[in-house]
Amino acid sequence: MRTFDYDVIIAGGGVTGCAIARELSRYALDICLLEKEEDVCSGTSKANSAIVHAGFDAAPGSMKAQMNVAGSRLMPDLARELDVPFRQNGSMVLCLSPDDRPALEALYRRGLTNGVEGLSLLTGEEARALEPHLTQAVAGALLASSGGIVCPFELTAALAENARANGAEVRCLEPVEALERRGEGWTVTTGRGALTSRWVVNAAGLAAGRIHGMACPDHLEIIPRRGEYLLLDKSAGSHVTRTIFQLPGRYGKGVLVTPTVHGNLLAGPTAEDIADGADTATTAAGLALVRERAALGVADIPFGAVITSFAGNRAHSSRGDFLLSETAPGFFDAAGIESPGLSAAPAIGRYVAERIASALGAALRPDFDPIRRAIPRPAQMPDRERAALIREDPRYGDIVCRCEQVSEGEILEAIRRGARSLDGVKRRVRAGMGRCQGGFCTPRVLEILARELGISPDEVCKNRPGSRLLTGTMGEADHENH
Amino acid sequence: MRTTDIVIIGGGPAGLAAALAAREAGVTDLLILERGNELGGILNQCIHSGFGLHTFREELTGPEYAARYMDRVLAENIPFRLGAMAVRVTADRRVTYISREEGLETVQARAVVLAMGCRERSRGALSIPGARPAGIYTAGAAQRLMNIDGYRVGREAVILGSGDIGLIMARRLTLEGARVRLVAELMPYSGGLKRNIVQCLDDFGIPLKLSHTVVDIHGRDRVEAVTVAAVDGQRRPIPGTEERIPCDTLLLSVGLLPENELTREAGAAMCAATGGPVVSDRLETDLPGIFACGNVLHVHDLVDYVSQEAALAGESAAAFVRSGGGETGRRVRVAAGNGVRYTVPQFIGPDRMAEAAVVRFRVTDVFRDACVRLSLDGRELARRKKRVLAPGEMEQMTVTRSDLAEARADSVLTVELEA
Amino acid sequence: METRELICTGCPLGCPLTVTLSPDGPVVKGHTCPRGEAYGRSEVLDPRRTVTSTAAVTGGRQARVPVKTARAVPKDRIRDCMEAVRRLRVAAPVGLGDVLLPDCAGSGVALVATKTVERA
Repeated sequence: MRTFDYDVIIAGGGVTGCAIARELSRYALDICLLEKEEDVCSGTSKANSAIVHAGFDAAPGSMKAQMNVAGSRLMPDLARELDVPFRQNGSMVLCLSPDDRPALEALYRRGLTNGVEGLSLLTGEEARALEPHLTQAVAGALLASSGGIVCPFELTAALAENARANGAEVRCLEPVEALERRGEGWTVTTGRGALTSRWVVNAAGLAAGRIHGMACPDHLEIIPRRGEYLLLDKSAGSHVTRTIFQLPGRYGKGVLVTPTVHGNLLAGPTAEDIADGADTATTAAGLALVRERAALGVADIPFGAVITSFAGNRAHSSRGDFLLSETAPGFFDAAGIESPGLSAAPAIGRYVAERIASALGAALRPDFDPIRRAIPRPAQMPDRERAALIREDPRYGDIVCRCEQVSEGEILEAIRRGARSLDGVKRRVRAGMGRCQGGFCTPRVLEILARELGISPDEVCKNRPGSRLLTGTMGEADHENH
Repeated sequence: MRTTDIVIIGGGPAGLAAALAAREAGVTDLLILERGNELGGILNQCIHSGFGLHTFREELTGPEYAARYMDRVLAENIPFRLGAMAVRVTADRRVTYISREEGLETVQARAVVLAMGCRERSRGALSIPGARPAGIYTAGAAQRLMNIDGYRVGREAVILGSGDIGLIMARRLTLEGARVRLVAELMPYSGGLKRNIVQCLDDFGIPLKLSHTVVDIHGRDRVEAVTVAAVDGQRRPIPGTEERIPCDTLLLSVGLLPENELTREAGAAMCAATGGPVVSDRLETDLPGIFACGNVLHVHDLVDYVSQEAALAGESAAAFVRSGGGETGRRVRVAAGNGVRYTVPQFIGPDRMAEAAVVRFRVTDVFRDACVRLSLDGRELARRKKRVLAPGEMEQMTVTRSDLAEARADSVLTVELEA
Repeated sequence: METRELICTGCPLGCPLTVTLSPDGPVVKGHTCPRGEAYGRSEVLDPRRTVTSTAAVTGGRQARVPVKTARAVPKDRIRDCMEAVRRLRVAAPVGLGDVLLPDCAGSGVALVATKTVERA
């Protein structure tokens, strides 16, 4: 007899929570994911390096290592199933001095221990032959052919969409406020009321410490670790081909330089422990540090082509590793998911789902559909295909974001699939991510959101409620008639 | 694939003037591609007056100036498409564009005029540190939201950049009931017209702080304050001079960038100083039959000069279509000498030039009582005394055919300042 | 006697003017052309500005129509003119040059449309 609203409630709609939801949706279970912001992918998942790490970096035997290597192996198929941009461009860890060579070799051996395939050691010359923009200081490199880049926004949204398509509920603007034991399960008090569930998963990212404390007597310390980044225009996108890391050395953990899966160039992050997990401001010192450190390994980075900078906070657990376990009866922690969290997500999803499904004795759903089709991207289609799409739906021929050539059709589809804000649209279809950074398209996206959501233009938000783009309208102008 | 004699990319002031000039030169098979929902380009949102003093000897508002050209385009039945965005131009002049009505179309043009205008430099491109809340707009984006859509963008604003767009928006916001706390300007001088300082700032008691910039932005969801600081001679913030100013809006008027995505993809040679393509005195890029004019070529201050330049581009495109060929003969390089940041054109073809060619240029700094000197291989051709020269005011010199009669293939025409 | 420092806005030179308010009328110094002197006098005696803004359109293809005062109005009338514009509701179609208010806020100057907006 069912006495609970749900079998599993997942707290947190980042890539971790969404991956768990998607994997759980393979089973005949009632699942509900609760996200406190207005959209999934609002926390760490939207501001990171977008790297799928090969897995040589994590300490052997750690959960990080295990999940990273497994996740990195699962990512290509997952990206195919979910129709998410992913590229196995390979990565290189640079050593900038012959003295650091032993450390590079140790990293190579660590990779082998962790089960990473496709690793090799290069001399400085060999590295420069592959990547002509490396500096002369590069004395050697570890090449990892399995390294990749992915779109973290699309991956997170796609996981949530696929989970929903397979019966899971995804609710936004619903933070978990309290947990109370109720028989063999929980009463979950949210911002909108109370729900009951047999299991609760803590995938709350920067808030995981707080959620953990609602269910467990001990203290889980989550330290927000801020990383600042610079994003360069697509014209700089082939400055390097692989993801270029630096060996953690004299200057601390190195800054990476990488193409993104969309063709931009990304440099960063810094690493600074801060007090407030919600503080994602960039700093002059941090951005300067990114420029300085990136240039140690990669020469002539065209910083004049920077189009934006941002910062993301990772949830560093003072325990030093991912916390993936049933830390209280019916309560599963998926906490402390900092790097390599994105890479590990496919594996974390399975790991948590399998354990909970097993505990619940759940059967696999025969009608689980792993396939999710992406929102059409006419700008990337061959002309004939693009022309056919526009003939079928002319709204795909009305370009709203000029820099990225995003059409009204795509924006409408993004809203249909869950975007509720300017940033939600941006993350799903890239409107506003180009070189003008929303200068031209914001008025039109705002108008489309107001129309589709049935709200007045001055209620449209950049992201969270309270981030209104406008402070009012002038008189009763006839907005509907044009 | 259909053919068109001249495709003009952009239906703003440059595209309209180019189309009219081509029409006047006898070409009727024209097509203007405009991605917005109306012709007129940026002038539609420039509702203030001050346009057309040179062209019409009247002070018009932006929309009125645009209407002068649009009315003639309509009267001449010059074909145009709205909501049509060019997505590709090839070196051999195939133009692909996208619109709701036509879907994806490719046209083979005999000549192309690039008139795509420019975009604004963003906060991100300046790497202004701080939070990323709602309420940060480039001045032009705010202008569009207010003047076209009738939205209010904020109640208490700080504006960074005292170029004309920033000044105009300071007034606009104030007239609509918002409070502009401050206009901060990085340079030790304002880039805007004196008249705008008076009518947009002084009239409303809005303070202007030169040699200042924004060094931090506060507010999680919406702007709550910005921190402004003084800058030194190298334009770096001076520690200890920071001042936190409560506001809910930050407008940025920090530079315009010609939008040459299509130009670059076509493979045209670009000029780093202008951000636009390298052109000859006929305004032809180094891709035969592809011409450029207006803000896409170099950022203008006066729309009157845009119209003049665009008319030349239109004429040149028409001549290209009639003669069917490109330029041959000597090409004299035009160089930006002492005190000059750039010249347009960057080349002159003396064998095919008109009687006189206009060389437009900008200076690198504010100069008083300086002399502009035009010389060919060191030999002076002309000089002109100027009381004031400023980076924000485009200047021009004229060079004649006979001036260049003796020019060789490796000759250099220099525009420079003598203090 | 009161003196005011102004910058002439007649041309790009922007000559700094000093205008002294003498009992016989304003005395302008610093101008380098007659327009400058005229500007100095009028700025001090009867400063005027052209007001430009937008008015709400009903039933039109666009939500706003840009407007201007046909001539410069006294500076102290600017706020009232803006208020009059705010109260306006212009029914489409409206033509460029159409007089929307024959006398804007008692300034004696008409308010005109500066753009044509067709019916939706």
